[in-house]
Amino acid sequence: MSVCTFDVDGKTITATAGQTIFDAAWDSGIHIPRLCHLGGLSDVGACRLCLVEIEGQRKLQPSCLTLVTEDMVVRTNTPQLREYRKLIVELLFAERNHVCSVCVLNGACELQSAAADLGVDHIRLSPQYPHLSVDLSHERFGLDHNRCILCTRCVRVCDEVEGAHTWDVSGRGADCLVVSDMGEPWGLSDTCTGCGKCVQVCPTGALFLKGKTVAEMQKDRSFLKYIVSARERKNGTQ
Amino acid sequence: MQSDELKSIAAREREAEAARTACINVCAAASCQALQSDELRKALTQAAAEQGYGPEACTVRQVGCLGLCGAGPLVSVEPSGILYQRVQPSDAAEIVAALEGPPVARLQLDSGMPFFTRQHRIVLENSGRIDPDRMEDYIARDGYSALSTVLHEMQPADVIAEVAKSGLRGRGGAGYPAGLKWETVAKAAGSPKILVCNADEGDPGAFMDRSVLESDPHRVLEGMIIAAYAVGASEGYIYVRAEYPLAVARLKTALRHAERHGLLGGDICGSHFTFRISIRLGAGAFVCGEETALIASIQGLRGTPRPRPPYPAQAGLWGHPTLINNVETYANIAPIIRKGGAWFSQLGTGRSKGTKVFALAGSIQNTGLIEVPMGMRLRDIVFDIGGGIPGGRRFKAVQTGGPSGGCIPGEFLDTPVDYETLTSLGSIMGSGGMIVMDETSSMVDVARYFMEFCMTESCGKCIPCRAGTVQMHELLGRFCDRRATPADLQMLETLCDLVRNTSLCGLGQSAPNPVMSTLRYFRPEYEAALVSEMVGAGGAA
Repeated sequence: MSVCTFDVDGKTITATAGQTIFDAAWDSGIHIPRLCHLGGLSDVGACRLCLVEIEGQRKLQPSCLTLVTEDMVVRTNTPQLREYRKLIVELLFAERNHVCSVCVLNGACELQSAAADLGVDHIRLSPQYPHLSVDLSHERFGLDHNRCILCTRCVRVCDEVEGAHTWDVSGRGADCLVVSDMGEPWGLSDTCTGCGKCVQVCPTGALFLKGKTVAEMQKDRSFLKYIVSARERKNGTQ
Repeated sequence: MQSDELKSIAAREREAEAARTACINVCAAASCQALQSDELRKALTQAAAEQGYGPEACTVRQVGCLGLCGAGPLVSVEPSGILYQRVQPSDAAEIVAALEGPPVARLQLDSGMPFFTRQHRIVLENSGRIDPDRMEDYIARDGYSALSTVLHEMQPADVIAEVAKSGLRGRGGAGYPAGLKWETVAKAAGSPKILVCNADEGDPGAFMDRSVLESDPHRVLEGMIIAAYAVGASEGYIYVRAEYPLAVARLKTALRHAERHGLLGGDICGSHFTFRISIRLGAGAFVCGEETALIASIQGLRGTPRPRPPYPAQAGLWGHPTLINNVETYANIAPIIRKGGAWFSQLGTGRSKGTKVFALAGSIQNTGLIEVPMGMRLRDIVFDIGGGIPGGRRFKAVQTGGPSGGCIPGEFLDTPVDYETLTSLGSIMGSGGMIVMDETSSMVDVARYFMEFCMTESCGKCIPCRAGTVQMHELLGRFCDRRATPADLQMLETLCDLVRNTSLCGLGQSAPNPVMSTLRYFRPEYEAALVSEMVGAGGAA
């Protein structure tokens, strides 16, 4: 396996050929913020939190999608990048109704911890307070659109890992909504297998287990690693 | 169809033309058709018959756009070259009666006015001169002769070299050199290769591509077939908006005729080259004009962009190397082959060659479609060709490039119009929309209008564009209502910077342009809308 070395924030690190900047940096203990990326799922480059500066490139690049090349010089944590990330997280908080104090995932939420890490202590933008529904039609799970950040992890895990493609996104711009099947209630979905993978990969409390109250939920994503690595080895997938 | 057949069709058409006393051309492009030019054509046909002109002596036919859309319905008479404006069916008899005498003065439009004489028509050379539904008309004007030359006398590499020599750059907005793109696709590994024509024109106030497709569809097909031969593509798609029903209908007719005559399909023009074109209709999303979103849409997926690389030239439609060019780019190809790349590169400026079609709209005397050499001064376009501002009002700014472009104020009227100059002024060439604004326009309103457009057309995939445009739109609203604070102005600029630098695709990256360019040239208008911090804070809460 060929290896290349490159520079991340002044530190020389090695990566295997075909590795992304994000993965290589993460392996070396440099944690680039992200919300849409999740190891084991395909990448879409939508959240823009993992943007990095690459020397010699005019535009910022999503580190989850950019492959490492020999002698590349990457900066992941400049004041400018931190400012952009902070504002992007603020945009998310202003976009929908993220109220941590009443959320099942309070304390275990990726949006919340991203905000804490980036020092978001207040929102400089005007909150939109959209009127969004909560779908509780499924027997075991719930979907609260108020907490959805449209990262599409649920869409990807359902399509790529479970193979059901129950979820997709409808609408445009601020009207985007994650929908099950053709927009019917989740509980009436013909394709949903009830596996719950979407609930576990959701970074926020948008997809949750029924019966949990405030701050009671933890998400367990260990299954993803087993399934994906077993598939790579081509065993245990029958 | 072989080249001698093309020649015989052309000769036959020219003979018929020479035998005619006159030919009355009635504009049948969308804007004149909306003014009942169909009824007018029927009235003229009837009047010609009543006054004893047989179909061989006087032909009344539909033609493509005659250019001066604001004065429609337009009629031109050949061979005299007389133009009539705002013609009603009731004027038909009078026009026919004047065929062999002096023209009808009350309807006549001066064909010597700068609007017509200062244009240089390459893409629009047949527009308003041929019936878009008759392939013979196109052939009579050297149509498909470039294709025949390419297939029988040129190697694909020669075609690419000729296009590269011409200096032609993509006319969809970004201005990427066409020859370079073609070469990349030609060299890309993988087969089959696919060709796409982007006809998803969506900028408000822009109608160049629509007009080309409605006026001269075969020109686009010929350009596409030549491009397909050059890059080795066997399949082609035209992605056209469903909101252009007339363009779609004319394209379909053109495709049918081209297929019937062996100009599309297997063994084109007796060569061994095979190429097929299908039409795909866009469902009205602006973002589908972005090439990766367009590809997703053709594949039947949700029309959202994806990060590049890989570029479509390497992995596009269904993962195959794909050449995507705009309608106007393809429309330039046949003349470049016919007259040579060197001829084309003589026109224009250092790095912007050839001509550009613009849709002139807004507060301007002559609204319509124009084609001018690159490098023409904005002043000449607005005041000479456009005839200036109506009602004695003063010029304020010209908006180019639609929602991705910017507003250029009066002090830059003498700058030449080319890709680099417009970019340095904070605007872009874009696809060619040009909206003129007079002193009564509020630039903050203009910025908010375009921001609203970007906000509703954002696909919603990436956060900066989806949520950032909403916030910018709201802030601009406060300026329009004169309740903005200095903090709002600062946040507006911060958001412009964020959305520009962190959005995923071109739509988001350029969405702040209208705001940034108006802030750059018309900042006092924003500052005039500010209220003191204390009052504003209460109002915004």
